[in-house]
Amino acid sequence: MKHIVSLLVENKQGVLARIAGLFSGRGYNLESITAGVTSDPTVSRITLACLGDDLIVEQIKKQLNRLIDVIRVTDLTGLPALHRELLLVKVTAKPSQRGEVFQVADVFKAQVMDVGADTMSLELTGSTEKIDDFVALLAPYGLVEMARSGLVSLERSRKSPQPGAARGSRASRRTKARERKERA
Amino acid sequence: MKTHGAAHLIEALKRENVEFLFGFPGGVVIPAFDALYGEREIRLVLARHEQGAVHAADGYARSTGRVGVCLVTSGPGATNTVTGLATANFDSVPLVVITGQVARNMIGNDAFQEADIVGISRSVTKHNYLVTERKDLGRILREAFHIARTGRPGPVLVDIPKDVLTEVSADPLPESVSIRGYNPVYRGHPLQIRKAAQVLAAAKKPLFYAGGGVNISGAAGLFRDLVAATGVPVVASLMGISSIPSDHPRFLGMLGMHGTYAANMAVQSCDLLFAIGSRFDDRATGNLKTFAPHAAVVHVDIDPASISRNVPVEVPIVADARCFLEDFLPLAKAPSIAEWQSQTEEWMRTRPLAEVPGNGGLSPSRVIRAIAEAFPAAIVTTEVGQNQMWTAQYFNFQEPRTFLTSGGLGTMGYGFPAAIGAQLGNPGRRVIDIAGDGSIQMNIQELGTAVAEKLPVIVAILNNGYLGMVRQWQEAFNARRYSGVCLNRAVDCPPDCAQPGKACPPYAPDFVKLAQAYGAEGIRVIDTAEIGPALSKAAKVTDRPIFLDFRVSREANVWPMVPAGAAIDEMMNA
Repeated sequence: MKHIVSLLVENKQGVLARIAGLFSGRGYNLESITAGVTSDPTVSRITLACLGDDLIVEQIKKQLNRLIDVIRVTDLTGLPALHRELLLVKVTAKPSQRGEVFQVADVFKAQVMDVGADTMSLELTGSTEKIDDFVALLAPYGLVEMARSGLVSLERSRKSPQPGAARGSRASRRTKARERKERA
Repeated sequence: MKTHGAAHLIEALKRENVEFLFGFPGGVVIPAFDALYGEREIRLVLARHEQGAVHAADGYARSTGRVGVCLVTSGPGATNTVTGLATANFDSVPLVVITGQVARNMIGNDAFQEADIVGISRSVTKHNYLVTERKDLGRILREAFHIARTGRPGPVLVDIPKDVLTEVSADPLPESVSIRGYNPVYRGHPLQIRKAAQVLAAAKKPLFYAGGGVNISGAAGLFRDLVAATGVPVVASLMGISSIPSDHPRFLGMLGMHGTYAANMAVQSCDLLFAIGSRFDDRATGNLKTFAPHAAVVHVDIDPASISRNVPVEVPIVADARCFLEDFLPLAKAPSIAEWQSQTEEWMRTRPLAEVPGNGGLSPSRVIRAIAEAFPAAIVTTEVGQNQMWTAQYFNFQEPRTFLTSGGLGTMGYGFPAAIGAQLGNPGRRVIDIAGDGSIQMNIQELGTAVAEKLPVIVAILNNGYLGMVRQWQEAFNARRYSGVCLNRAVDCPPDCAQPGKACPPYAPDFVKLAQAYGAEGIRVIDTAEIGPALSKAAKVTDRPIFLDFRVSREANVWPMVPAGAAIDEMMNA
């Protein structure tokens, strides 16, 4: 099953290579990996989508935790979380077909980025499933080029104030409890 | 005060109380070697090959519990450390290996003797660093030592470009280390520890399974107390040997592929397998599907990734073995297991390890027992293969940190340089490498180091003219098709020779002459009656290495043996 794992890591050279190397070296299945700096410039967030049964994913998380440059490992699978992916796609669209493509884009709330003589470039942000659907609908026109960013994810925030919760969101405390359990 | 990076490096090593620096120079590390010129506090030990330097640092570290340190050059110097790093990484040995790198503006240019050693060593180190700024050098070195020696210990590589070694600046060494992504857990969870005490007290057939963690963490004393307090029988992994005396009445021996009958039967029969500081390595468990079929498992290990990886665990405890035993001992109650104890005693009595027959040569087990009697307090290293297994089976170990062997990686050529490092770290003790004639040749150049350092390391070569363990497999599973294992083989031998014969050259090489050529002692032992006198003679030599060429039976085998993939109670010749 697919797991989405969110990592906070040191923003240093070579960290991405350590994580990618862990997956290739141990034969784990990595579906997508994205990285970017957080509000703290010394920390990056890496979002991994990986495949494996529970035992394998448990092992993946433990191995990630062993890396010195990894500060925190959170498995977002099963937690309320926001997941988004970015798609840029260039489709074949003769002048006569543009209207149809515009309509599809409109339904998905995709942006038209560029129009050429016989191609159009579109941008869409959404869940992996939404993007899959969008691509499937465009495919009959002819996909010239396509780029997908891979998932970026964040845990959702709590919706009501928690009595007695002075510090730390419920989400972050839940994460800590999970981590404690994982350590034990 | 402003200093060169190289001087800063030496200052940092002194701050870590480094006694020995195992090294080999080269172009880009000349500034570091220059800073060592005339140095009195740190002794530079010049190895003859970088692999030897790393194994020597490893032997020093395993025998003393301190961090072993190496200094080598870039490119080939760095790549030659890889086997040593992987060996140490597998067996949790604290090392700091410093490699030179080409100057920063040359990195990536395919410069002379450039290698991306940080990339190459990533998967065989606990952590590694490329120092890109002179101001980071002191901090990185502190972190490197801290990471190497804490948590589950391991090797850390620090790659320092030449122009960082020569850059002058005034950054002081940091006082403390803080790494936000690295906080090893030492104390186990109190509830889990209590649960472990409960299952132990209730068990009818409990069994302790001691791993290398018991030795590494300094827990052997507490572990012996626990065994005395509970009367629970003990098996050990290869790395767990010496955590309890080999002749302890409750010790059943090593488990696994070449484990004793009693140890393997106990694992397969127990209702509680209580593992401390082990990884459940495949050589120990055999077929996982049939491993310890009746047992609930308690697993104590400092590395969370080792727990529940190979076997399902009922009571997982992330803890350092010593911290765990400190917490556990007051809670441990002796279970009533008289019947189980007598069962394990009966296995031991009725199916002990047999003497290896010496058909047409010496008996390897007899040689090892004689060495153990002559040097009962020795630190013993081994190479890998039959020599290693026979030593694990027949040497009577008493104290932790006296058995140094490449367990996880299985590195031939480990034992001799490791013995050199162990001898430097333990000048008052006898250090003996029990070797095969194949593996000793993998780092035999370190004779030069041992002679130069005047180290009375004894190398006991169990010389059978074969790469014996592979030959044993070929005999057992490949119909004696001895392919690529005969060390006496010459170009004019038949391509399908399966039998040593009279025409075989007697010495390949002549180890006695070879030792003498280096200025070491060489003694050949052919008859059983010569074993004792040879060992007495070796005992008298105190200022140079001694090679003992024991001509053992050519086709002697290590028994019992569990075929690969079988259950561990499916033992051949138990």
